[in-house]
Amino acid sequence: MTAAPADPASCAEPPVVLRLAGCSKTYPGSPPVHALRSADLTVRAGDYLTVVGPSGSGKSTLLNLLGLLDRPTAGTFTLAGVDVAGLPERERTALRGRRIGFVFQEFHLLPYRTARENVALAQLYVTGRAADRDRAATDALERVGLGHRLHALPTTLSGGERQRVAIARALVNEPDLLLCDEPTGNLDSGTATTVMDLLGRLNAAGVTVVVITHDPAVAARARRRVTILDGRILVPDEHRGVRAAGPPTAGKAGAP
Amino acid sequence: MSALLPRRAGTRALTTAPTRLHARDLLAEALTGLVQRPGRSTLTMLGTVLGVWAFVAVLGLTSTATGQITKSFSLLEETTVTVTDASPGSTSATSFPADTDARLKRLNGVVSGGLWWTVPVRDRIISPRPDVTSADAEAQGSGIGVYAASPGALRAMRPTLSTGTLYGTFHQSRGERVCLLGISAARLLGISRLDGSPAVFVDGTSYSVVGIVADTERLPQTLLGVVIPTTTALRAYGAPTDAPAQALIQTRPGAAQLVARQAPLALRPDQPDLMKATPPPDPHGLRDQVNTDLSGLFLVLAVICLVVGAFGIANTTLVAVLERRAEIGLRRALGARPRHITAQFLTESTALGTLGGLIGTCLGVGTVLGTALARDWTAVLQPAAVLPAPLVGTVTGLLAGLYPALRAARTEPLTALRR
Repeated sequence: MTAAPADPASCAEPPVVLRLAGCSKTYPGSPPVHALRSADLTVRAGDYLTVVGPSGSGKSTLLNLLGLLDRPTAGTFTLAGVDVAGLPERERTALRGRRIGFVFQEFHLLPYRTARENVALAQLYVTGRAADRDRAATDALERVGLGHRLHALPTTLSGGERQRVAIARALVNEPDLLLCDEPTGNLDSGTATTVMDLLGRLNAAGVTVVVITHDPAVAARARRRVTILDGRILVPDEHRGVRAAGPPTAGKAGAP
Repeated sequence: MSALLPRRAGTRALTTAPTRLHARDLLAEALTGLVQRPGRSTLTMLGTVLGVWAFVAVLGLTSTATGQITKSFSLLEETTVTVTDASPGSTSATSFPADTDARLKRLNGVVSGGLWWTVPVRDRIISPRPDVTSADAEAQGSGIGVYAASPGALRAMRPTLSTGTLYGTFHQSRGERVCLLGISAARLLGISRLDGSPAVFVDGTSYSVVGIVADTERLPQTLLGVVIPTTTALRAYGAPTDAPAQALIQTRPGAAQLVARQAPLALRPDQPDLMKATPPPDPHGLRDQVNTDLSGLFLVLAVICLVVGAFGIANTTLVAVLERRAEIGLRRALGARPRHITAQFLTESTALGTLGGLIGTCLGVGTVLGTALARDWTAVLQPAAVLPAPLVGTVTGLLAGLYPALRAARTEPLTALRR
């Protein structure tokens, strides 16, 4: 961890992990609901971005799009250089499984399985060798500091530990993007801090992180923030201490 | 450390290998799902267990009861199978193998069995003393027949001895000159006790009397006759000429039809055509007619049980699908394709059905065996009915899982994950 790629500016342009260009999502009806309006957003390797917004602002829709769980009705969406908006479902599922790691508010650990089995589940559809899956799961759990709780059942873990297991599960396939949906929503503030510290450390070690939250305190931890309101991605409001070193400004909002 | 770095996006190929689920992993996931909820799994398969149980028990009890026809008709007749030499034109040599007794004994359902024939004695001078002329014999021993019978055939005759013993494999294997006397022959010859070690002379050759038969269930003609071991008869008088050799078999109640089918093959596996087995008249026709109505009713009940079982599995699987929406959503987010989800739930329900079918089959076979033991019957189970029975459970589980599994595949991942 010593050779940290901490300064993205040293490489001229870190590769783009994902880019939304003029993405819209409209749900049919009368009147039609414009859940997302012409959104532009670029995330580069090593980025740490939060998307903040109140409920009903379009966070879920954005998460759906970024997680390849839904398709935009207009615009393009490229992930790892692939235009995924028009890909067949089979390839979108493959991209989702291999390139994106999900972290959810509810953790979503299977209750009857140990921490390691839960983490290994993320590789079930990716690799057929059970021994490899176990080894990778052990490694991932060690990365989140749970190497000593490999065989613990979720019910015996604290909330913070459960979310760390979920993060290990998201990491185990070495995804291009760690997509976190309200990762601290079910945690008390002390535990939330440890989880956010972990995300910060992972980002410092090179993992690209996107956190979607309504909590300003969580949003403040990121290097870059965008706000989403009424389906529009607004101008990044602040760049904190890493302004100079931060990735190029992305996601110019299509302000009215 | 390098593991911490994301792989460079720019170096990726444009296409991503599709996610897949290996059969072994699929099975492991499905079985894990079942084992983790043992109580629910047990209740779910109860319907299938009952259905298959009823199915096997009804079929087994019907065939067992059909075999018991002997109880209400003639037990003796129904347990007798005779095998005759069907080789064309050969009266001099017998087609039966030397170890006929042992071959018959190995068949399931045979109590005992063996060869017998009428011995072609030349002059038929049978007397208790060596030096008799044919004229004397006319008066004393006329009408006495000489029969050859192996120890197996002797036992199959079910003789009752007034004194002495039967001859056994020892005498048979050594060709000893021993004989059994029928009670009528013994009276004619003036022999009633064995303490003087009496002998009977057949054409001047002596045979020691080892026992006197007071009564016999089969081959009653031997009561007026001298019975000697087949080996002895072969050595002294050669193969049967007057009447061909026959095998007499006593079977367990209900096994006669089966034994009659198997005996020719057991005796002459090379040429089973040479043997002709005569079973007692087949009682199945009569009994089947009696049973058709009742067993048909039971079979309908078994099918109803199976249908109820199928709905039980379908219902529980559907509830499980609704209950495990979050898990399904998670698996979809982790790269599972809809077909993987379908396959997993279908495998779970099929495994449940198969397990239920196996348990039901065991219970059904147990019921049939228990009933047969309690009633002193011979349990008869048709392989054609018992072996496919677990498959009935499999098919039930497969059909029952179809709708819930397809429905599980349609679960929207994100709505499932966000509640």
